[in-house]
Amino acid sequence: MSLLTPFKRASGLGTTSDGVKHWWMQRVTAVALIPLTLWLVFAVAAHSGEDYATVTAWFAQPFTTTMLTLFVFTAFLHAVQGLTVIIEDYIHHEGVKIAALIGMKLVLVLLGTSSILSILRVAFAG
Amino acid sequence: MAEFTLPANSVIKSGKTWAAPAGATRVKNFRVYRYDPDSGENPRWDTYQIDLDQCGPMVLDALLKIKNEIDPTLTFRRSCREGICGSCSMNIDGTNTLACIKAIDACEGDVQISPLPHMEVVKDLIPDLTHFYAQYASIKPWMQTQTPAPPDRERLQSPEDRKKLDNHYECILCACCSTSCPSYWWNSDRYLGPAILLQANRWVVDSRDEATGERLDNLEDPFRLYRCHTIMNCTNTCPKGLNPAKSIAELKKKMIERR
Repeated sequence: MSLLTPFKRASGLGTTSDGVKHWWMQRVTAVALIPLTLWLVFAVAAHSGEDYATVTAWFAQPFTTTMLTLFVFTAFLHAVQGLTVIIEDYIHHEGVKIAALIGMKLVLVLLGTSSILSILRVAFAG
Repeated sequence: MAEFTLPANSVIKSGKTWAAPAGATRVKNFRVYRYDPDSGENPRWDTYQIDLDQCGPMVLDALLKIKNEIDPTLTFRRSCREGICGSCSMNIDGTNTLACIKAIDACEGDVQISPLPHMEVVKDLIPDLTHFYAQYASIKPWMQTQTPAPPDRERLQSPEDRKKLDNHYECILCACCSTSCPSYWWNSDRYLGPAILLQANRWVVDSRDEATGERLDNLEDPFRLYRCHTIMNCTNTCPKGLNPAKSIAELKKKMIERR
């Protein structure tokens, strides 16, 4: 039985004075992903059917390498922020929530880093 | 975890049917959620067959007819019967609204009535709004000032500044919006919900209030404010035609503005 007053329960542990940055960055990355994704779709479509050497040469062009890296970085940043919110929304067991948040971030950092390294490797080592 | 299914003791069974009186011509079925925690029984759907020729036009009229003439044990809140007190908020035909301003004719087929969703039920159609009211108290819904009021008159407000209170002052705190919000269902322990955020913005935009910064400080939190994911159920369901989602968006904009 809890004898907390309703007001005490509603106030909880107070505010974290946080959340604006997360919310804003999620919007900024979402907007940035519009041109980046459009570019990716059209660029990849334009190079469909070409042989490996031509595509790797295209990868190695500075603009392509930059855009691909930016796309992967922004997409993974956006994914981390989105998944954080989803986990906070639906997982209410404190321990499971923290484990899920850390696990999710580790997996996405691993995937993001390996994606960027793959791009750079193709760009620089062919 | 978020709850997607009802616990075993909350599963709704089918209940009693109260037949229409003989000779009734225009009969409509009202399926009403019944629950009495003292009985230890599961909730049930009771069906009342009402002769619309002997009943007022609104859903509240039908509920009052049931309580007065058919089954006095039916329990619900009501007061003003004209959409200004916010007492008779409930879920009618799948949408949260006020029974007193919801026309029976607007409901296709059977009229299904249940309490506001995802709230603890005190009895039948009465949800426990204690936490909702405590959240309202937590935003300090009164004018806070440093400057004393002029000794000979009220605090003045220009017509343009007064206009900023539109879409806010009409709110009657019926809780239809908050209880229609999935984010509020899953996280109402910390998320303030659309009604309380609309009220918070009502004081933030008030030109006479001088606690704007503190008010925004009190909202700057991933849960209190940012659990709003612009689902828009609040705006869709508001029986007063208000737009709580817009008020929440205004708060988020102010958070960016003051960075």
